[in-house]
Amino acid sequence: MRIAGFLLLPAGWILALAAIVLLAAPGPRAVFLLAGLGVEILGLVMVARSHVTSKEDGA
Amino acid sequence: MPDVHLSEIQMALCIVFLLLAPLAGAGLAVINAGLGRSRNAAHSMMAALCVVSVAACIYFVCGRAFQGYAGGPAHVVSIGNKPWNWIGAEPWFFGGLTKDSTSVPSLLLFAWFGVVAAGLAGIIPLGSGADRWRLAAVCASTAVLAGLTFPLFVHWTWGGGFLAQLGVNYGLGRGYLDAGGAGPIHAVGGLTALVITWIVGPRRGKYTSDGMPMAIPGHNAVLVLFGCMVTFAGWLGLNAAGAMLFAGIDAGRVPLMAVNTLLSASGAALATAAITRVRFGKPDASLTANGWVGGLVASSAACAFVTPAEVLIVGLAAGGLATFSVEILDLRLEVDDPGGSISAHAVCGLWGILAVGLFGRFEAGGSGQLLAQTLGIATLVGFVLPFTYALNWLLHRFLGQRVAGEGEHQGMDLYELGAGAYPEFMTHTDEFMR
Repeated sequence: MRIAGFLLLPAGWILALAAIVLLAAPGPRAVFLLAGLGVEILGLVMVARSHVTSKEDGA
Repeated sequence: MPDVHLSEIQMALCIVFLLLAPLAGAGLAVINAGLGRSRNAAHSMMAALCVVSVAACIYFVCGRAFQGYAGGPAHVVSIGNKPWNWIGAEPWFFGGLTKDSTSVPSLLLFAWFGVVAAGLAGIIPLGSGADRWRLAAVCASTAVLAGLTFPLFVHWTWGGGFLAQLGVNYGLGRGYLDAGGAGPIHAVGGLTALVITWIVGPRRGKYTSDGMPMAIPGHNAVLVLFGCMVTFAGWLGLNAAGAMLFAGIDAGRVPLMAVNTLLSASGAALATAAITRVRFGKPDASLTANGWVGGLVASSAACAFVTPAEVLIVGLAAGGLATFSVEILDLRLEVDDPGGSISAHAVCGLWGILAVGLFGRFEAGGSGQLLAQTLGIATLVGFVLPFTYALNWLLHRFLGQRVAGEGEHQGMDLYELGAGAYPEFMTHTDEFMR
């Protein structure tokens, strides 16, 4: 889960960058940028939860 | 030559403000020491001193070269026929500054600001790693921060990098705006603090086997609250100097920025005191201190672009965010952050960046500003955080960032420094013996 979370973080960033580069209209740009941010938040939650799990396991 | 040209008055004011700015780091160091245990107080202050020293040396060696400045030499790639400025290409060892520096005095001010800011960013994670982060590891981690992650993000925001160029290249307002460093200094430092807590883990005894957090109060509330007052003076210098150097703000707007900085901090501190009073029956001093610092951090990005009424809202929201994020991190995510650095600097820093997009007032070209600010946040969370984690994870593998169990038991002062901060006042013998 930790590795997947850390992969989602830059994936969301690239999605946000791509939205700015590839889209010109403000609406779709904003939607894709927020989608990228959403992916990042998902990754952040996964990374954070993976650290909680490791403590419970005594790692 | 830099894009921002300073008048003689601006340069004189910048010098005064930059003389004040180190007080921000001094205040944070005192707050961190007060929020930690008494058996680690000397270690905490020693670590802050080492951080400032390492950051200055590494920034001198390569940090300033990677940071560059707007209009200066940089590595640029072309994406979709638009230039993407990624990293500065200045000479190492302050090359170009020492020769004929009188012709470009503003570059010296940029470098001075960079040295101070790198040290400040490095002090932030000390609060989260308090009581168990080894001194050698602190120095190594600071070297990575001051030499790579900090200058990289500073280049993107203040050095003419791709975030600063979002307005010119893609019509997003005036590009990413951050007058006093909520992103480059505080969010970068705060995210590094989060990484450090993940890597070194919680203090021994902080969580029970079923994940219940135990309260480990700071050893000196007076130090903490005094540190808050010291930070205010430093923040005034930091915000004003940053706004003039990197956002081209006129000297006449400095009084407004000073008022905004104070209002944001005051709103945040009052919000935190009120929330803790309602929830716990009495206002909590350490959380109020975190709220105060969170308000200062949130003001850093926005103070030059918003009205006093708006910055008060920014501050009130920062106080709420600081309080609730401390609780979520501590209770739900088992993130042991004794100094509250993640909440005050990362969370409130990101909020301050967003606030520029929400409340910012610009004479022209403000359309799309919110998207530019959001992309700045996405860059911090999506690139800076994993990049910092990877670098600090490598350090942990080869160097070991957490102190041995014996050191944590004995106290960092005795274990790493050989002497305690309060040798003649053994009032906390139970703490030493536990």
